[in-house]
Amino acid sequence: MSRRNSELGMMLMAVILTASAYVLASLGATAEIPANIVPFLIIVLGLFMGAHFAVRKLAPESDPVLLPIVTLLNGLGYVVIAGLNESLAAAQATWTAVGIAAFVATLWFVKRPRDLERYRYTFALVGIGLLLLPLVPGVGRTINGSRIWVGFGPISFQPGEIAKVVLAIFFAAYLADNRELIANSQWKVGPLRLPHPKYLGPLLLAWGVTLVVMFYQRDLGSSLLFFALFIVMIWVATSRTSFLVIGTSLFAAGAFIAWNAFSHVKVRVDTWLNPWQDYSGTGYQIIQGTFAIAFGGLTGTGLGLGGEVRIPLAENDYIFAVIAEELGLLGGSIILMAYLLIVGSGLRIASRAQNSVDKLLATGLTLLVGLQAFIIIAGVIRLLPLTGVAMPFISYGGSSLVVNYVLVALLLRISDQTSRVEINRSAEVVNA
Amino acid sequence: MNRSIFRLGVFMIVIFAALFVKLNWIQVVQKDELDNNPLNSAQVRRDFNRPRGTIISADGAILAQSKKTDDPSSEFDRQREYPLGDLFGQVTGFFSFRYGSSGVEKQYNDELAGATFSQQVRGFGDLFVSRENVGNVVLSLRKDIQQVAKDQLGNREGSVVALDPRDGSILGFWSFPSYDPNTVSSNDSEISKSAWELLNAAPGTPMRAHMYQDRYFPGSTFKVVTGGIGLETGKVTNSDPVYPFVSSYTPQDTNKPIRNFGGETCGGPLPEILRVSCNSSFAQMGAETIGPVDMVAGTGKWGFNSAPRIDLPDPAKSVFPTDVGRNQPKLAQSSIGQNDVQATPIQMAMVAGAVANGGRMMTPHVMSEIRDPQGNLIKNYAVNEWLRPLSPANASAMYEDMLGVVRSGTATGLQIAGCAVGGKTGTAQLGTEPPKSHTWIIGFAGPPNQPATVAVAVVVLNQSGGSEATGGRVAAPIARAVLQTALAAQGGC
Repeated sequence: MSRRNSELGMMLMAVILTASAYVLASLGATAEIPANIVPFLIIVLGLFMGAHFAVRKLAPESDPVLLPIVTLLNGLGYVVIAGLNESLAAAQATWTAVGIAAFVATLWFVKRPRDLERYRYTFALVGIGLLLLPLVPGVGRTINGSRIWVGFGPISFQPGEIAKVVLAIFFAAYLADNRELIANSQWKVGPLRLPHPKYLGPLLLAWGVTLVVMFYQRDLGSSLLFFALFIVMIWVATSRTSFLVIGTSLFAAGAFIAWNAFSHVKVRVDTWLNPWQDYSGTGYQIIQGTFAIAFGGLTGTGLGLGGEVRIPLAENDYIFAVIAEELGLLGGSIILMAYLLIVGSGLRIASRAQNSVDKLLATGLTLLVGLQAFIIIAGVIRLLPLTGVAMPFISYGGSSLVVNYVLVALLLRISDQTSRVEINRSAEVVNA
Repeated sequence: MNRSIFRLGVFMIVIFAALFVKLNWIQVVQKDELDNNPLNSAQVRRDFNRPRGTIISADGAILAQSKKTDDPSSEFDRQREYPLGDLFGQVTGFFSFRYGSSGVEKQYNDELAGATFSQQVRGFGDLFVSRENVGNVVLSLRKDIQQVAKDQLGNREGSVVALDPRDGSILGFWSFPSYDPNTVSSNDSEISKSAWELLNAAPGTPMRAHMYQDRYFPGSTFKVVTGGIGLETGKVTNSDPVYPFVSSYTPQDTNKPIRNFGGETCGGPLPEILRVSCNSSFAQMGAETIGPVDMVAGTGKWGFNSAPRIDLPDPAKSVFPTDVGRNQPKLAQSSIGQNDVQATPIQMAMVAGAVANGGRMMTPHVMSEIRDPQGNLIKNYAVNEWLRPLSPANASAMYEDMLGVVRSGTATGLQIAGCAVGGKTGTAQLGTEPPKSHTWIIGFAGPPNQPATVAVAVVVLNQSGGSEATGGRVAAPIARAVLQTALAAQGGC
């Protein structure tokens, strides 16, 4: 139970930090302490303590670091969004509540990770279906140039966000079954020793799905994420570097074709290389974002005091620019550290896991969070071409937030499972 | 599998480290460059949505203020207003979202916005009360002097500068054509844009503050500088040398004589040649008595070839040619303020001021103090000396000589009953046909037997005529009216 007490302590710190940030942001913007600070504190405390006690009850031996970091990122994201647009803040608060409910429900329903394994092909179908759903006429919607939305009446969501986790589960299960076969298969092509074509099939399928997402949904970030997820998981499963090489080559080829054939991809790359040539057009967002980040400097302008520079999509894709402006290099680095801590905890859970499904699933889920954070931050600070994906736990947006809570619940479930097995083993040793 | 997972972890650390490095690059290494990028409106935008202090004249007139906008569709909370229109336009400058700022708005931007370090430290105590932490800038300029300068100059192109020679504070600072900063500063982007384009195309460049951003041939007012250098080098006194009575002076290496106005014959010691503004004598003084080395060095001590450290953006420097060593004709012409000599109106006011202030040329300034909205002093202008072109004894000699010019010379138009007034006229011929000239007068005034309290310089451009009397006739009445108003504000002589 000492793990849970550490978690409680860290979560209280995260809640205090969030509440302080909320007060500071309000002071910065209006020079007044927010009128609703007491209800705010109660709701925040209630939500996150609810999550904590659910873990205490349902996954008592799980990793204590993940939930506090998620709390901090979610809380900080909320404060920044509230500073940008109050009406979005209310929606984000609701989505946080839904996300925590989904988190608790996941812990409740998924008692063992292996429970999911049984439905691997169902998951595969559901995953691909979800991915392609936005292309269906009538339900699919195009927002900001990407056809990744599905709308039913007033509610719209991004099925691709759900597909990421669902496909990670399928990949983990499929690869755990076949990893020996794939690893040992031989197919000699001249001097090259490649995996047998039979097992390259799924790889090519994943590549195809990736290209569909890139070409038809114009969602470069997600296609990169899917493909990276698949090749890294197959590499971890088989330890064969050739998969990394083949995968990277395939992706590079796809990207090159896309760059040649699709103007929107070309524009992204050109804007990345030289945003100044079309300052007020395609380069506007990235230049304004860079101005905002630079304006923040070492320590930032202060919470609630940013927004001097107007960045399109500041609450979503570009939220990191706002954080870097208001909290400076210091705050930006803390965000980077937080994601690295999630990656570290997730990979530790993966390496400690007892069986290959759990290992692969934990690796895949961790990669989803870490790589997605990297892709969007790298795009915002112009390290890579900008490919719009949500910043996990921070960006405004319900689909991403809820799915990421489910993802963390699954990681905690695997962690708890592993620890229990270890405890049982040592108990057996003592009994013997 | 664990080996791969470990490698994956290392890979993630590496790519996040790359993010950290790039973030450092933007926020530390490139910060200044990006902040100062002309496309970056962050600074102006911040200042635009902040409260901003008022600019006030020394006699309490509001020159610039921020008013809350009631227009809910406006993206700005406040609109900058200039109640006196063009009267102080070139001094306050404009404050435009589209075009940045100029004048006092630019120079004292941080103080007006409450963004200086000391203001922010003061603001700490206000954390929990909503109070505007801005600075109100009080200028040394007076509305009444400014109005007289404007009325007197009328629709003639030119500049009027009045300052207190004792501390360098500027009392009146007018030039025509001026402009109304209200339109350029409009939050309505279309109004601002069309005003900007109109003003930039307008004749006479109204947005330039001609008083300190433009320079003109100073003509005979420059003889004060030449005479002062003569005194300071010890080669000239009020009694010696006595220059020959001639109608023209011909330097070496040329057969083009420098003629006196109207072909008159003049000469004598310094007080006499200054009184009648004798070209032949001053040309000879510069070319022969003083010589090129001391003339170039001496004009530097009078502030030529460097810009005054006035507290306004982009002052022009006054120039004296430095290539006169082997060119005596050029040196001779330059010594009477022709050829390549050019001076800003503020510079010539400072020349008169230095004579009146015991030889000490004070740094000119428009700000006198900055106060917070409760009236507490934030900072005072720290008076300081810029140059010292004359010793007290030589200053007093030149002071007497300039009194003589007003008593019975070319500047009698400056006389004010009961006051000690000194001056010097100038008519810089532009070599046009029919003849046109920049007509000048510089001077000072104060109670008798006490240090002068006001120095003045007036230039009226492109006036018909080319005789030495022109300067006295055109510019003297303007200078006299400004001197009288300033003296009255100081309590008279």
